[in-house]
Amino acid sequence: MHIPDGYLGAPTCGVFYVLMLPIWALASKIVKDTLKARQVPLLAIGAAFSFVIMMFNIPIPGGSTGHAVGGVLVAILLGPWAACIAITVALVIQALLFGDGGITALGANCFNMAFIMPFSGYYIYKAVSFKSAPGSNRRVIAAGVAGYLGINLAAFLTGVEFGIQPLLHHSASGQALYCPYGLNVSVPMMAGEHLFVFGWIEAIVTALVVKYLQKQSPELLH
Amino acid sequence: MKVISKLWIGIAVLIILTPLGLLLPGYFKAGSAWGEWGIGQIEVLAGYVPAGLQKLSSLYNAPLADYTFNGWEDKPLPYLGFSYIISAIAGILLIVLVVMLLGKIFLGKRKDQPV
Repeated sequence: MHIPDGYLGAPTCGVFYVLMLPIWALASKIVKDTLKARQVPLLAIGAAFSFVIMMFNIPIPGGSTGHAVGGVLVAILLGPWAACIAITVALVIQALLFGDGGITALGANCFNMAFIMPFSGYYIYKAVSFKSAPGSNRRVIAAGVAGYLGINLAAFLTGVEFGIQPLLHHSASGQALYCPYGLNVSVPMMAGEHLFVFGWIEAIVTALVVKYLQKQSPELLH
Repeated sequence: MKVISKLWIGIAVLIILTPLGLLLPGYFKAGSAWGEWGIGQIEVLAGYVPAGLQKLSSLYNAPLADYTFNGWEDKPLPYLGFSYIISAIAGILLIVLVVMLLGKIFLGKRKDQPV
């Protein structure tokens, strides 16, 4: 789901940087106001977990690969605003050090994985959990459902961002200038892969870690 | 043991297992994720290289591109697995450093009791 440099035209890249700026600013302000010193190690673990889980590329039929993101789990542990900061840190380091995700596409990648995913996942987790006890199985299921839907929303958006490029930018002869695939290909591909495979992996990872933390340290669960 | 320490052990185990993220796709002959192809691949897939993509794709060269040491791209899998683990360690050390720095900035002069 890491859009590389060259797949999005300048306007799309610009729009997502402009969208992310106030989100980053607000996240910083909220985390600044609420962070406690003892939560800093958890913030680091959240970012580290998201970073490392994204290295587990899983092959699927058709020769493509993908991975879980951990974005919803981090949001359940840290709250959505701190999760936004943690995942942004992971994505920036992936882009700068490892070329995983483009510099120009960093705004879009952060919007999908550090904003849409943790926020949607967090509130879905809250809604499905409702008033259940912190140690209940309902919370484990809520975490799985939130992980599944969160990564799928992010993947769908990524598909849309790829797919609008041929509409926005093409040469006189009709060749695309950036991502060559339109919405009719990019959305079914991105959505399909995540609906059928990677969403389930995200769901299982999220649910298992929540189950583990229920026993080990229920106070960590938001 | 504190739960934070246990979670760090979990991260360490994941770091050691990261080569799986390389070996599994290698075993099943799977390539890049959808939409993350290199220039050569996209020419095969789409039949041409989009002009803007060609220009922008070489905009930035990451020091450890694809979690692999420079010049090791064609080495056998065990070498790539090793560079994967080193990349994971380097990335996580950097992440911890950045988050600690951010924590310092966010907390300012505030203090609370460590638990």
